[in-house]
Amino acid sequence: MPTIEIDDKVIEVKAGSTIIEAADSMGIPIPRFCYHKKLSVAANCRMCLVQVEKMGKPLPACATPVTDGMKVFTRSQFAVKAQKSVMEFLLINHPLDCPICDQGGECELQDIAVGYGASGSRYTEEKRVVLNKNIGPLISTDMTRCIQCTRCVRFLKEVGGMMELGMVGRGEHAEITAYVDKSVDSELSGNIIDLCPVGALTSKPFRYSARTWELIRRHSIAPHDGLGSPIEMHVKGNTVMRVLPREDEAINECWISDRDRYSYEALNSADRLTTPMIKDNGVWVETDWQSALEFAATRLNDIARNNPQDIGVLVSPNSTMEEAYLAKKLAQGLGCGNVDHRLRQSDFRLDSKHIGTVWMGCNISDVQSMERVLVIGSNLRNEHPLLTHRLRKAVKAGAELSLLNPIDDDPLMPVAHKTICAPDAMVNALAQILKAMSVMPRYAGHLSPAVSNLIDKVKVQSGPQSSAQAIAESLSGSSASVDLVAPRAAVLLGNIAVHHPRYAEIYSLGEAIAELCGASFGVLSEAANSVGADFAQVLPNADAMNARTMLESPRKGYLLVNVEPELDCHNAHLAAKAMAEAECVVALTVFKSEALRDADVLLPIAPFSETSGTFMNMEGRVQTFSAAVKPLGECRPAWKVLRVLGNVLNIPGFDFDSSEQVSREIFGGEDPSQLASNRLNNHLYDSGVRDAARVNDETPNILQRIGEISLYQADALVRRAAPLQKTKYAVPLAAYMHHAQLAQLGFQAGGAVTVSQGNGSVSLMAQIDDHVPIGCIRIAAALKETAALGDMFGPLEIKAVEIKAA
Amino acid sequence: MSPSLNATLNSVCFRTIDKPNPASLETYRSLGGYEVLKRIITEQTPAVEIINELKLSNLRGRGGAGFPTGLKWSFMPKNYEGDKYLLCNSDEGEPGTFKDRDILRYNPHQLIEGMAIGGYVMGAKTGYNYIHGEIWAEYEIFERALDEARAAGLLGDNLFGTNFSFNLYAHHGYGAYICGEETALLESVEGKKGQPRFKPPFPASYGLYGKPTTINNTETFASVPYILQHGGQHFLDLGVANSGGTKLFSVSGHVEKPGNFEVNMGLPFPELLALAGGVWKGRKLKAVIPGGSSVPVVPADVMMATNMDYDSITKAGSMLGAGSVIVMDESTDMVKALDRLSYFYFEESCGQCTPCREGTGWLWRVVRRIADGKGRMEDLDLLTDVSTNISGRTICALGDAAATPVLSFIKHFRPEFEYYIQHGRSMITG
Repeated sequence: MPTIEIDDKVIEVKAGSTIIEAADSMGIPIPRFCYHKKLSVAANCRMCLVQVEKMGKPLPACATPVTDGMKVFTRSQFAVKAQKSVMEFLLINHPLDCPICDQGGECELQDIAVGYGASGSRYTEEKRVVLNKNIGPLISTDMTRCIQCTRCVRFLKEVGGMMELGMVGRGEHAEITAYVDKSVDSELSGNIIDLCPVGALTSKPFRYSARTWELIRRHSIAPHDGLGSPIEMHVKGNTVMRVLPREDEAINECWISDRDRYSYEALNSADRLTTPMIKDNGVWVETDWQSALEFAATRLNDIARNNPQDIGVLVSPNSTMEEAYLAKKLAQGLGCGNVDHRLRQSDFRLDSKHIGTVWMGCNISDVQSMERVLVIGSNLRNEHPLLTHRLRKAVKAGAELSLLNPIDDDPLMPVAHKTICAPDAMVNALAQILKAMSVMPRYAGHLSPAVSNLIDKVKVQSGPQSSAQAIAESLSGSSASVDLVAPRAAVLLGNIAVHHPRYAEIYSLGEAIAELCGASFGVLSEAANSVGADFAQVLPNADAMNARTMLESPRKGYLLVNVEPELDCHNAHLAAKAMAEAECVVALTVFKSEALRDADVLLPIAPFSETSGTFMNMEGRVQTFSAAVKPLGECRPAWKVLRVLGNVLNIPGFDFDSSEQVSREIFGGEDPSQLASNRLNNHLYDSGVRDAARVNDETPNILQRIGEISLYQADALVRRAAPLQKTKYAVPLAAYMHHAQLAQLGFQAGGAVTVSQGNGSVSLMAQIDDHVPIGCIRIAAALKETAALGDMFGPLEIKAVEIKAA
Repeated sequence: MSPSLNATLNSVCFRTIDKPNPASLETYRSLGGYEVLKRIITEQTPAVEIINELKLSNLRGRGGAGFPTGLKWSFMPKNYEGDKYLLCNSDEGEPGTFKDRDILRYNPHQLIEGMAIGGYVMGAKTGYNYIHGEIWAEYEIFERALDEARAAGLLGDNLFGTNFSFNLYAHHGYGAYICGEETALLESVEGKKGQPRFKPPFPASYGLYGKPTTINNTETFASVPYILQHGGQHFLDLGVANSGGTKLFSVSGHVEKPGNFEVNMGLPFPELLALAGGVWKGRKLKAVIPGGSSVPVVPADVMMATNMDYDSITKAGSMLGAGSVIVMDESTDMVKALDRLSYFYFEESCGQCTPCREGTGWLWRVVRRIADGKGRMEDLDLLTDVSTNISGRTICALGDAAATPVLSFIKHFRPEFEYYIQHGRSMITG
């Protein structure tokens, strides 16, 4: 390892590192604009010029590799003169109007100018003006302020996976711009605001609404997916003004997805429920907490006294561990075992077969060092926007990514092998992979009898569509460099797999594949607390009803914790019908929701920003957070509401004074992380489901729905984040199908069709999407427009709307 | 004119120039063209022998930097598994440069042979010639020459029945000066915006598509077959100490007969001027930019006492550069001349790095203001200071190229600038 000297301090550094990396590790400040530790080196701003002994010219610290014995001076007259001259150049065309710039007070250029700028400008010529660009609803541009550091360009290309911004023009005419008439549509786009060292790119929703020094930073955890990114909520008064990432190398590095960044906009939406409400003869009336709680308790108690199993308790997987746990405890207290948080799951055949709590099977930071990955049933960018970047890093480093999916959306990284097939054919596709793998000499000798029997049943399908062989070879790693002891391979299930009507078969075949090739195996959990709710046993009792059966066999009463039934459940039609038919629906909710029209009492609860609580993310990491602001209006943290409800119902063990007390009870006073690592386990007690898998079924000749949840419809918060709804991600609702499918059905693109599932039907426009396999129609779920439809994945009927002559 | 000069005028890169159909394969072969290539390939001459011959010849890079060619060729990794590339830089776009254009026009095959030899020596199977965007006719001539060479089995796979293959392609640029910077040229060939890369890594380790790459100027490549045909010592003897061989000088500006002249290194400047017919209209010489607009201007008296070789011109306070000799007579308004040169660099800066992007516009605007009669006395120190702040702080040499004319014009002709500032008009043209 080379030893170098920076400003008379000696340090040993890793060979191949740069001067700026060495200086950063020593805490020696070197001014910089274009350099960013997570992006490629551009060396274009020249602000980090330093003096290196024996060199006649100052060298950029960001691009100069260290050599043994190198002597660097960052504060010598020679270095500072170079740095100051660059500062002068940067400022000649930059507007010197910080007081009216949204970046003022948190601007790298402003900060560094204090140290390196002159008190007045020698530049008396005309200044450059650059036209602003409209790059979408999230990011505001002020391009005259741009200093061409290209951090945004490099971020979108290297992290986002698509070069959506670039520099056009030469010299002084050089400007950063998107493609002609295009916006920046990356689901990670907001990070370029944080990266921009000047006020050229700022947050459009936040713009001009507060100054950095007015904002109080409060730590929290993003509540939208299983990653659980650490965030910082910037609060003014009692309002969350914006959300920024906190840095945690093990989780989010230094990024957050746009979903995590902009969903705060929903926190202050007009939809917020701020007063308890009771339905009186079909009319909603505002009431006080005591009346509302007594009303709810009485109605629930009335049903429970008769038969506790007439109650169903549905808990959002984005609720905290404390909230979910208390809901379960409340149900137990009423004698009811019908509790579930797996609202969008529809296949529960694995219940009681899990040894432990299901998780992702490896750590988040392990993903980027995987060499071979099979992702089953996931529209990656849509479901796990930031985790996908880890996968992208792995692929960039040479990993082979294989996909088995019912849709062919581009993950913005090279895919080595993929099988795109109708949902129902996925089980067979997995069996084909298992079969291809099982005949490999390395594995053939030691197959368990059960696996052998299963494989014997699989009829080999070959053809241009079948990439089973390629995926099997990729996973088993045919190259000589593969580590047989600890192969860096993973089989990961996404949301589509979990929502799949044959999830149990997919899970158990995926597990068998992973076990055979030594890959890690797990589920990329959908929601902020899916793993945590599992861990806290917020699941039906052994003989009780799960989230699906509770709706299939409508209960007399429901307790909903942060749930919009027709938007959050697998079968919207069933959910709506069950609510409509119930005698009593008690809803703890953040929002006034059309989906709660059939509720009887609405109890206003605090969203994550207004309560304390704990999430357990997909890798089993326990993260506790406090409230960033006080609850709005009459809202109360849900754990408090459940506690009081417990008290009113005279259920013992509901004397909690704080959410910490609840979490202590959940973890039995033990260290949460330790307990989590003891309990996380993806293995199954018995292989019955796998052995009985219908591995050969012919794809039925009926049309199937692919009812995906789009990125910005995932939960009640993002659905109400107005800026996110204006992005290109908010794809217009339609019945999307392959162009050949459209032709076969005799439809016209843009023509009106009626789609029916069970008793429900909706009118939609038929549109072409060649990412959809033949035999499938892609119709988004979690939308009120499709709430009349049934299963997210299941058969449907579709016919053209006949236009009657006037 | 000295007798020695007559014997060697146009003797290396321009040796076909007086023949009928100078660009044809037939003409080139009549002079022994492609014999060297055939010999070294069929005899499997060790690469090191050829490199040693080039080192002996003291051939230096003719694109302007003057880096020893033999040494450069030896930098290519020898046992590298995978593709290596050879690039020819025919992207001359600096004011005053027009020599490579005439090599493409009159002797393209010598360039092709030189590149094929380079491919053999450095183990590159593919070459590209990046041709300046504003010379379409020459690009077409070169494409025709490539077709001829391919048809004659001089380019392509398994040349002369051996397992050596070399494929060469022409790439037409789009006119950006910056693409003549070798790493910007690489980016441009890769289909990206022409912007220099920071170095290290150097092209020899990370070049085109990230592979080891050597880039030489047109004249450099075209000199190679001649050197190997006649021996390194012979080429060395054509020139003077530290400047082997001949050099193409492109003489432009206020002369009677502007044009390209391939002469021995070390020729006294007055003799080169005489070849170009002397200063036009019987006027007196005022100044000369001896190597293209990016090198310092030299006042007449110093220039008239200087020989045309690397060391002599350096001693005179300038650089040989690409041998682009811009002659200015006594009627030249040096402020307006600098205005034009500064505008060029302002327009051609790629905009990537700060000092050049911001500084070139600043320099030009101040010079223009002085030329408009609105100068201030402190502008001269400002120009000097800004130029110094650009120099040596940029990714590529364009920043220095923009600063040099400003510094040298003010240094040598300061009174003209001061006159403009004080009187609001030119000392020369009134």
